[in-house]
Amino acid sequence: MTDDVVLDVDHLVTKLRIGEEAFKVVDGLSFRLRRGKTLALVGESGCGKSMTALSLLRILPQPPALPPEGAVQYRGRDLLKVSEREMRKIRGAQLAMIFQDPMSALNPVYTVGSQLMEVAQLHLGLYGDDALERVILALEEVGISFPEKRIHDYPHQLSGGMKQRVMIAMALMCEPEVLIADEPTTALDVTVQAQVLGLMRQLQQRKGMAILLITHDMGVVAEMADDVVIMYATQAVEWGSVYDIFDRKSHPYTVGLFKSLPNVQRSQGALQPIKGNVPPITRLPGGCRFHPRCPKVMEQCKQLIPSSFALDEPQHEVKCWLYET
Amino acid sequence: MNSGNTVLEVKGLKKYFPVCAGVMRHVVDHIKAVDGIDFKIGLGEVVGMVGESGCGKSTAGRAAIRLIEPTAGEVSFQGRNLLALSSSELKEIRTQIQMVFQDPYSSLNPRRTVGDSIGEALVYHGKVQSRKDGDEVVASVLEQVGMSSDAMNRYPHEFSGGQQQRICIGRAIALEPKLIVCDEAVSALDVSVQAQILNLLDELKTTLGLSYLFISHDLSVVRYLCDRVLVLYYGKVVESGSTEELFNNPQHPYTQKLLSAIPKSHPNRVST
Repeated sequence: MTDDVVLDVDHLVTKLRIGEEAFKVVDGLSFRLRRGKTLALVGESGCGKSMTALSLLRILPQPPALPPEGAVQYRGRDLLKVSEREMRKIRGAQLAMIFQDPMSALNPVYTVGSQLMEVAQLHLGLYGDDALERVILALEEVGISFPEKRIHDYPHQLSGGMKQRVMIAMALMCEPEVLIADEPTTALDVTVQAQVLGLMRQLQQRKGMAILLITHDMGVVAEMADDVVIMYATQAVEWGSVYDIFDRKSHPYTVGLFKSLPNVQRSQGALQPIKGNVPPITRLPGGCRFHPRCPKVMEQCKQLIPSSFALDEPQHEVKCWLYET
Repeated sequence: MNSGNTVLEVKGLKKYFPVCAGVMRHVVDHIKAVDGIDFKIGLGEVVGMVGESGCGKSTAGRAAIRLIEPTAGEVSFQGRNLLALSSSELKEIRTQIQMVFQDPYSSLNPRRTVGDSIGEALVYHGKVQSRKDGDEVVASVLEQVGMSSDAMNRYPHEFSGGQQQRICIGRAIALEPKLIVCDEAVSALDVSVQAQILNLLDELKTTLGLSYLFISHDLSVVRYLCDRVLVLYYGKVVESGSTEELFNNPQHPYTQKLLSAIPKSHPNRVST
């Protein structure tokens, strides 16, 4: 089991500096990515899920961000401690990332071919016709027809789904061990989303990479994930296998999140939304972060930060005083 | 459905955008964004319009209430021909039709207070004499959308996305409209907030007797809120029917494809 772990994140803390103060945007997050498995990081906007991805790759905007703390173990090395020079070799080659908005992640003034060629040159040491061949192969793999023509296209000439495929091709060209996908399908239509998710699953099976999937969409989680971490206001509140989360959800926030979801399979009564709003990082409540919105709030929730409690299933843990043993 | 209960009736609505080329900008072709669609919205009814991006659902929604001038077709709103109205008559009828957009932040003026944003329409349409007189109406509107009345002296950036969308809905209901066109009104919101807004829309429908044209790409939201659904594909309605019927027994291959593309709701369940 532990042999399978590709990336081990331990107590990751990322802070943003706003004015004179530093605010935590990721607070003590730990998780493990396993070979050939998908871990979904789920939460609402502002919960720190994208910041986690940027911290892992060390591409945080600094300033305002401060260097991340904690440890990210990859092949016996701590990615947060290696030199920038080494990080540049790892980033893109062994740890690749797909961003939410393919239009702003691709350079509009270069053809997709030349952008893909750059990856081949930088990470694979391929030039000229060799690089071109590799690029065409990569595009074929993600199901783009006539890749030898498409390489001369600029990003604006491609549809949203095609651009996301180019992004995936770019990320997978070096056969990375870890793929970080930050809301890869949020900008896409459902039919295209289904294609892109299918493609990611298929490529994962073939290459055995670990995927860190960042999303807010429980449907995408159900389709893709093996393990799930639920985040709320910079912290992980519940984690376990996808079945633990869907069938044995325990944290009041997770329960509330599911009750807020309209179901497309059947009609239902009124939705039961979580009351209130997500607190801004500058004014996070004390004690349990969720207590002002929690329907089961207790006196101790307001004062004490809950530690994580193990539930019946192995690896299923929850940060909530309700489960204190 | 008899015509007395129909709020909006659209027949053969078309909107073509010209494609120009050459030095003289000749019109060489047309993009048929909306190509002949018909639908009716009854009193207190929520009609959903679904489709993928670029299928013309936003254009259809706007053309149906004459926010953009349709190329052809008939639109009657409460029995009056919307396309034949003069601009002053149109201004009067505009109070009856309101719109809520996708991004609440960009649809509120950042330099005006919430009270000004909601109250402006009241003054413009002569419901009150001055902005000051409108304060009472603004306060009651804010209460209706679940916000406190002291929000009226604050600016949009002080509110979260969900609260901003509440303000936008408040602005829409301030003139006591009959029909609200919601163009992706909950798409930009987080799920827990989205559920709050959906419940609010549902509640206002009952208390104020509203009808909605609900444009969305999110099929689960449409299923939750709408009574009837139109499925658009390349500017044409490929299937329409009651929500239950359409989701349980889709007829058109495109609707079937659209429904089968929805991610499953449980890791065990095979998506239908």
